[in-house]
Amino acid sequence: MELILDGLRKAFWLLVTFDPEVVGITLLSLKVSGLATLLSTVVGVSLGALVALARFPGKRIVVGLVNTGMGLPPVVVGLFVSILLWRNGPLGFLGMLYTPSAMVLAQTVIATPIVMGITVAALQQLPQKLTLQILALGATRLQLAWMLTKEARLPLLAAVMAGFGGVISEVGASIMVGGNIKGYSRVLTTATVMETSRGNFETAIALGIILLLLAYAVNLVLTQIQQRQRPR
Amino acid sequence: MSEPLPVIEGKDLFVRRGGAMTVDVPDLSVREGEVLSLVGPNGAGKTTLLQAISCLLPYGGDLFFRGRRVGRDYPVLAYRRSLAMVFQEPLLFDSTVFENTASGLRIRGFKKAAVRDAVLESLGRFGILHLKERSARSLSGGEAQRTSLARAFAIRPDVMLLDEPFASLDPMSRGPLIDNMERVVRTTGTTAVLVTHDLMEAVRLSDRIAVMDGGRVRQVGPAEEVMNAPADEFVASFVGVGTLLRGRAEGSGGDTAVITVGGRQVEAAGRLSPGQRVILYIRPENVTLSVPLDGSRGGTQITSARNVFAGTVTKVASMGFYQKVSLDCGFPLVSYITGESRESLGIAEGRRLTVSFKATAVHVIKKG
Repeated sequence: MELILDGLRKAFWLLVTFDPEVVGITLLSLKVSGLATLLSTVVGVSLGALVALARFPGKRIVVGLVNTGMGLPPVVVGLFVSILLWRNGPLGFLGMLYTPSAMVLAQTVIATPIVMGITVAALQQLPQKLTLQILALGATRLQLAWMLTKEARLPLLAAVMAGFGGVISEVGASIMVGGNIKGYSRVLTTATVMETSRGNFETAIALGIILLLLAYAVNLVLTQIQQRQRPR
Repeated sequence: MSEPLPVIEGKDLFVRRGGAMTVDVPDLSVREGEVLSLVGPNGAGKTTLLQAISCLLPYGGDLFFRGRRVGRDYPVLAYRRSLAMVFQEPLLFDSTVFENTASGLRIRGFKKAAVRDAVLESLGRFGILHLKERSARSLSGGEAQRTSLARAFAIRPDVMLLDEPFASLDPMSRGPLIDNMERVVRTTGTTAVLVTHDLMEAVRLSDRIAVMDGGRVRQVGPAEEVMNAPADEFVASFVGVGTLLRGRAEGSGGDTAVITVGGRQVEAAGRLSPGQRVILYIRPENVTLSVPLDGSRGGTQITSARNVFAGTVTKVASMGFYQKVSLDCGFPLVSYITGESRESLGIAEGRRLTVSFKATAVHVIKKG
């Protein structure tokens, strides 16, 4: 009990004094995961819209694959990205391994299927007749895609937040491709793992609290979105 | 005499779904300024035909827009942009009433001021100007469908396509909206195709009615033609066998209105302003036939039926338990009687007799 209370007290102190190391780690986390979310949104929403709106044979198989990708284990992604970026791997010449860029890449790979899967579901959940109505209003195929995407903007926002929630809390890939280098590639999750293993519970708790707050913020917005109703 | 060029003409239109022909219409035209109704039971192919006409689903055959073949002499997109469609569900976008109404204009790249003017005018026509800033999510069923109609009319389409637009409304909002729609269609002279399963709605709103069944158009013509002279058994059973008469109101006295029909005057319960064009619907079971008793002077009895005419039997047909008697009283009329009555009255073709029906048996449908 002593351990927890003491840890909480010290964690609180680290938070309110804006401990430079904790702040640095938090900012890097936001930067890496934010960038990865941005990239996966661009790729995931466009590909998702394409899959949802286009008619092609084997569509179900593709959707199934995407949905499987939503649960991609981060360590597997970390493994593949590591191999990819390994010194004598296919992209080794980039020298990206153990950099924040590598973490962005890995997190983008994790988040893209999440964004894409939710995008497909969101667009497919729109009333079928809405497509007819938009075409009947004189829309081109491109205008149709744009208007449907706009119509699904709330679930799409949910997709983005789910993607962000997935990567900000991910630890396996980040530690594998980023290396948890102090002041360089150390993020909230990798730092928490390390501090805990060292027995520095106060720092670990502080980092954990920040992670929880971020997760809470994301879910608060998601809940708000889910409780809105569609117009008639 | 050459007919004016139809706005839309379909030649050998067909739609196949899963190997089966769901629509097969060799010839159908929509004339400038008319309201054409597609009526028929569920599954008759009305909606499918409407969607084929609007290029919303793959169809076979040819569509012509003002004489130009769609897809060859006239681009499909330009054609679709000449039309507007309203569905049974309002299908509104998740934004304000104003933005919804503006969407068709925005798609067409109209300038901001032009969009604004057209939207406000259209909202005004449907009596929902006060809702313009409201979110589409907060509208009642009637308000939502008004918005959907306003959105379609805002683009000033050459042809308005309406797919059961009133079917899912409650009776309270349905009546006023039909009135409203009729007013807008008539004042703007919009050409429209209306899909409905409600025959009386079709009679009231349209210039011509096309009765559909099994993907085919069984008969197309003015309401009274379809109702009084059904082309086949199916049309007859679908429209029922009432008589439809076109007339003009002379005015009202007390509780009854006088309507001139084919040179005769018919009384109907209710009030009408003079000059009002109307369609009268009289069910055959409400038409009574009588002949003077032998020896009596005839025609001296007093009856509560306000409409008493001398008529001639033009045709008698047995319909099983009852006899269908077609009459000419200066206008056509149909009466149902029993076999016993047929015998006691000696009814046969050419027989002259007295035809009567009550003013309350006349169903009045106002036109335009």
